[in-house]
Amino acid sequence: MTFRLTNTAKTYPDGTRALLSTELTVNNGEIVSLLGPSGCGKTTLLRIIAGLETPDAGSDIWFDEDNVTSLPVERRKVGMVFQSYALFPNMSVRANIGYGLKMQKLPKQEIDARVTEVLEMCQLQKFSARAISALSGGQRQRVALARAIAPRPRLLLLDEPLSALDASLREVLRDELAVLLREFNITAIFVTHDQDEAMAIADRVAVMSNGRVVQSGTPEELYRNPNSAFVAGFVGNAMLLDGKNTGNVLILEGGELKLPSEGTGQNVFVRAEDVKIDDNGPLCGQVETITFLGTHYRIGIKGITPNLLTSVFAGQSAPKVGQRVKVAIGPEALMLLPEGAV
Amino acid sequence: MFKTKTKILQLTVTLTACTFLLVPMILSVMAGVTANYFQGISSGLTLKWVFRVWELYADSIFLSMWLAITCLIATLIIGLPAAYGLARHPGWLSRLLEEFISLPLAVPGLALALALLQLYGSMKGFRASWTFILVGHVLYTLPFMVRSILAVLASMDLKTLEEGAASLGASPWQRFRDIVVPNAMPGILAGALTVVTLSIGEFNLTWMLHTPYLKTLPVGLADSYASMRLEVASAYTLVFFVLIVPLLMAMQWASARAQRISQ
Amino acid sequence: MVSGESEAGWAIYLDILRKPRYLNTLVLTVLVSLATTVAALAISTTAGMFLSRNRFKGRGILLSIMTLPLAFPGVVIGFLIILLGGRQGLVNQITPGHVVFAYSVVGLFLGYLYFSIPRVLLTVMAAAEKLDPELEEAARTLGASPYRVVVNVILPGLMPSLVAAGAIAFATAMGAFGTAFTLATNIDVIPMVIYTEFTLSANIAMAAALSIVLGIVTWALLLIARSLSGTTVAAGG
Ligand SMILES: Nc1ncnc2c1ncn2[C@@H]1O[C@H](COP(=O)(O)OP(=O)(O)OP(=O)(O)O)[C@@H](O)[C@H]1O
Ligand SMILES: [Mg+2]
Repeated sequence: MTFRLTNTAKTYPDGTRALLSTELTVNNGEIVSLLGPSGCGKTTLLRIIAGLETPDAGSDIWFDEDNVTSLPVERRKVGMVFQSYALFPNMSVRANIGYGLKMQKLPKQEIDARVTEVLEMCQLQKFSARAISALSGGQRQRVALARAIAPRPRLLLLDEPLSALDASLREVLRDELAVLLREFNITAIFVTHDQDEAMAIADRVAVMSNGRVVQSGTPEELYRNPNSAFVAGFVGNAMLLDGKNTGNVLILEGGELKLPSEGTGQNVFVRAEDVKIDDNGPLCGQVETITFLGTHYRIGIKGITPNLLTSVFAGQSAPKVGQRVKVAIGPEALMLLPEGAV
Repeated sequence: MFKTKTKILQLTVTLTACTFLLVPMILSVMAGVTANYFQGISSGLTLKWVFRVWELYADSIFLSMWLAITCLIATLIIGLPAAYGLARHPGWLSRLLEEFISLPLAVPGLALALALLQLYGSMKGFRASWTFILVGHVLYTLPFMVRSILAVLASMDLKTLEEGAASLGASPWQRFRDIVVPNAMPGILAGALTVVTLSIGEFNLTWMLHTPYLKTLPVGLADSYASMRLEVASAYTLVFFVLIVPLLMAMQWASARAQRISQ
Repeated sequence: MVSGESEAGWAIYLDILRKPRYLNTLVLTVLVSLATTVAALAISTTAGMFLSRNRFKGRGILLSIMTLPLAFPGVVIGFLIILLGGRQGLVNQITPGHVVFAYSVVGLFLGYLYFSIPRVLLTVMAAAEKLDPELEEAARTLGASPYRVVVNVILPGLMPSLVAAGAIAFATAMGAFGTAFTLATNIDVIPMVIYTEFTLSANIAMAAALSIVLGIVTWALLLIARSLSGTTVAAGG
C-alpha cells in the first residue's frame, strides 16, 4: 500500500504545536524510519497515522486512494507495535496474537491457522500457551510484532520498538527485526531516536526536528548530502569548522583550508573519519584526549577550532597527549551548508 | 457516534449519582436554617435552630472533640511504636500481628461493642466513664494509624538509614527520634487526620457503649432524629457537616500526599 | 461473645438457620447487600471511569460531591434518606399522592447505596489511573470496537479492584448498623436483630452468635478485598 500524508499538523489542547504542516509519502513495501531527537513529534506523527490522535483541520491522510483522515483507528487496518508493547496481561501469547483476527470475526479454524503461521515466522511456537508475564523482554517484543502483523494490516507502525530492551539485546533484535520486516513484505513506518537503528532497518529515513520533517532519503544520501546543519549533526555527528569564511578559503585558529566551491555565507562541516592526522597537513593543533576503541582511536585535538576537533585514527601507534600534530582534511570531505541554527 | 453516545451515558450516570448524593445534603442544610420547614423557605431563614442545638447538645459536641483528641493521643502512643516494630522486623509474626491489629477494621462496630460489653460491662466504674467509649474508639481507629505509618515506613529503606545513623554514633532512641519519626511524618499526619475524622463520626460502637450522661455528637444526632423536630435535627446535622467536612478534606489531602511520598 | 458456647452450645447457630425469623432476616440482609453491591459497582465504575478519563470544567466539584459522604456516619445517611423519602421528604412533597419509601427496603437500599458509592468510586478511580492507556489503544488498532475494548481490556484490568470494592460494599452493607438504626424501624436486618436481641430481649447468646457469624463473614470478605487491592476501608456504618 502506498501511504501519503499532506499538510498534516497537530496542536494539542494545551497549545503545544507538536507537529507543523508535514508531507510524507511511503511507497508500497517500503520501510521508512522517522528519526529525530526526543520531543520532536515522532510519536505524535505516528499516532496521527494510526488514528489515535486527531490532526488539525486541513490535514489529509491517504491509504492508496482512500482518504482515511476521519476513519476511526479500529477501522484503519493498521498494525501498531507500542513502545511498552501493550500486551494484554489477561490473555495468553496465542490469544494476544489472535485478538485482531477475532475482531475481524474470522472463523476459529482460520484464526488458529493464521496464528500458528505467525508464531512460526516469529519463532514463538514454544511460548504460545504462556502468560505474558512469563516472557522475557525480547520475547515480548516479538509477540507485540506478531500481534500487529497477524491481521495483515495495510500499514505497520512501530514506536521505538527496541527502546525497552537493554543495549546488547537491542543490537541483536535490531538486525532480526530488519530481516523479519522484509520477510513480511509490508509497508512500515518505524520511529526511533537512534541513528544506527534507523539506518540498519529502514530503506529510507525521514529526519524530524521541532515538529517537521527536515529531510528524507536513503541512509547514504542523508550521510553524504545532508541539506541542513541539523541533519549533518544528527546523522553521523558532523562537526562545525568554526572560522572565518572568505568564500574560497576557510581561516581557522590552526590554519587555513581551501574550500571545494564558492562558499560565501555557508557553514563548513566535517566528519571525524575525514579528519586525518598527516605530517603534511595544513592545520596544526595539540592532542588533548585519546580514547582507545578497539579498532581505532578517537583523538580530540585542540587549537584548530574553538571546540575540540575529533579525529578517528586507525594506525598502530597513536600520538601522545600534549603532542603537537598536523591535520589534513580533503576538500571533498568538507560539507558546505547554509548558515542557520545548528 | 458510539463514542459520544457512551460519553453521554457516562455523564448522565455521573450527574444522577451526584444529584442523589447532593440533594439530601442541600435539603438538610436548608431545613436547618428555615424557620418552618413544613411551610418551606418562605417562612424565612433563621439561625435559631442552630442556637437551639447549641443549648441542647453543646456537651455532646465537646465530648466528641475531647474523645477525638484523647483517641488521637492514644493511637499515636500505641500506633507509632507498633508500626515501627512491624516495619523493622518483617516476617510472618509481624504479618500476623498486623492482621490482629486490623481485626476491628473488618468486624462490624456492633459486634465489637458487644464483645467489649461482655468483657468489661460488669466493671461498673469503668463502664460508666468516658474512657470506656475511648477504648472502643482506640480499638476502631488504631488500624488506620498503624497502616498509614506502616505504608510510609515500608517504602523507605529503614534498616540502611538506621545503620547509617548508628555508624555515626546515634543511640536507638536518637535514631527513632531523628530518623524514623521525621521520615514517617507524612504517614503520621494522614493517620492522625483519619483517626480524628473517624472518631468524631463514630456511631455504631458508641451507641452501644454510651450512657445517658455520655452522648457523643453522632449519638446526639441519632437522639435528635428520633425525638426532635426536623429543623433541630437538620441544624444539628449542619453543625456536624461544618465540623467534619474540613477534616475530611484535610485527611484526603494528607493521605494523597503520604501516598505520593511512599511511591 | 464467649457466653454463646457453654449452655446453648452450637445449637444456637443451628437456630439461626432453623427459625424463620432469623433465616428470613439473613436472606433479606444478603439480598439488600447484594443489590447494593451490584448497583454501587455499576454506578461507581461508570462514574469513576468517566471522571478519571475526562478532564473538564467542574470535574473537581463532581469529584468532591461524590467523595464527601465518606465522612458521614450511617445515622446521618439514614437521616438524609428520610429527608428524601420520609413523610416530610422531598419526593413526598413534589409528587402528588403519598410517596414515602424511607422506611421500606427501598429506603434501606438507597441508604446503603449512598454509603457505598464514594468508597467504590475511590477504589475504581485509583485502579483506573493505573490502567495503561496503551492497552486500550492497542486493542483499537487491532480493530476492537469501544464495547470490545471495555470487555476485553478495561474490565479485566479493573477486575481485582472491582472484586475488592464489591467485597467491601457487600461487607459494609451486611454490617451497617447506623443506617438501619434510623431507617429499619419496620424491617429486620441482621444488625438490627442483634441490637434488639441484646437490648430488648436480653437474648445475649443469640446476639453473640449472630455477631460472630456476621463478624466472620465481613472479616473474610474484607480479607479477600485487601489481598486483591491493598486498600484499607472501614466496615460499619
Ligand atoms: N497529550 C499531549 N498534550 C500536550 N502536549 C503533548 C502531548 N503529547 C505530546 N506532547 C508534546 O508534543 C511534543 C512532541 O511529542 P512526541 O511524543 O511526539 O515526541 P517524540 O518525538 O515521540 O519524543 P520521544 O523521542 O521522547 O518519544 C512534545 O513537546 C510533547 O511534550
Ligand atoms: Mg515518542
